Amino acid sequence: MTFPIESLAGDRRSLGLALAVVLGVAFGFVLERAGLGRVRKLVGQFYGYDMTVLRVLFSAIVTAMAGAVILSGLGVLDLAFVQARYPTYLWPMIVGGIVLGAGFVLSGYCPGTCVVAASTGKLDALATVGGLALGGLAYAELEAALGAFPASGAQGAFTLSQWLGLPAPVVGAAVALLALGAFLAAGRIERLVAGRGDPARGAEPASAPAGADVALSR
Amino acid sequence: MTEDGKFWNPYVAGVALGLVVLATYVTMGHGVGAASASFRVGVAAVNAVAPEHVQGVPALASTVGTRGALDSWIVFEVLGMVLGGALGAWSAGRLGREVARGPTFPAARRVALAIAGGVLMGFAARLARGCTSGQALSGGALMSVGAWAFMLSIFVGGYGAAWFVRRQWR
Repeated sequence: MTFPIESLAGDRRSLGLALAVVLGVAFGFVLERAGLGRVRKLVGQFYGYDMTVLRVLFSAIVTAMAGAVILSGLGVLDLAFVQARYPTYLWPMIVGGIVLGAGFVLSGYCPGTCVVAASTGKLDALATVGGLALGGLAYAELEAALGAFPASGAQGAFTLSQWLGLPAPVVGAAVALLALGAFLAAGRIERLVAGRGDPARGAEPASAPAGADVALSR
Repeated sequence: MTEDGKFWNPYVAGVALGLVVLATYVTMGHGVGAASASFRVGVAAVNAVAPEHVQGVPALASTVGTRGALDSWIVFEVLGMVLGGALGAWSAGRLGREVARGPTFPAARRVALAIAGGVLMGFAARLARGCTSGQALSGGALMSVGAWAFMLSIFVGGYGAAWFVRRQWR
């Protein structure tokens, strides 16, 4: 049997939607347990005192990527089918990324972690969820005015393997090495910021020894 | 005080998260997501109040489609996220209502920034066809060039804006 199965096709739809709930429960649970329902842990990434976001994100990418490449190599997963769902539109993705990054720092959450934080009782996160809906609606209203920009830089399902002319397992190994380098750099940055005093925390616990946050986050 | 100690090791959490994404690829044919669900709830609300307006805006009309805005896999997935997040916090004893902010920053201004950030992200996620989980994580692990460009741009935007809003954590 080759995966993916079309879980939402035809009369399997209700089962597929039930599976979506189960996957969502796992997704939300893991994010919460990682500490990513906590705004201080999330923004710590951008002030350098807690790089949990980078650690979780990159180890998740390497895991899912390795799994997808291995399952595809075994002939179990049709990787190209899944990749076809992720076409590249270079310019709107770059601009969208910059705007989303700014929104991340303003709100302190990203579109998934605000849902998790709201579910744990954070009212500011609930406000961000509301903002997400408003922003999405604003985009829908303004889309026509953006003209051809949202479809610019269209390259279809363009992968790093195609771009670099290297087989997927080689690219996968390179990304894993890159992640490892980022993990090492993250620890250094945290120690540097802890030693200097945290610019985002200012007046906060003066009594806490330098590096206490870093030690606790491990 | 040792609440932080109750969080999982970030690498362990990352591997678990990666396995959730992989399971989603295998069973759904695509990765996880988040931002579209909030958008769809918004569209459903507008559709309840002004259905004729929705029919006049292509991006809204196509979201409603024939099934309605809420009958979509991502709405169910995010419903699961709410349950999973609450379960994680409850079982670790850290459920609690608050406006997360710095000790000297007014709650009203913090909520205003939270909404503003949400609006920016809601707009950007439609433009980029996905958010941190829907594009950067799910597309990044599939080695999409666009997803990687998006992810790096998020860090550029985040580090670029961080200095201007640092006060809300003081």
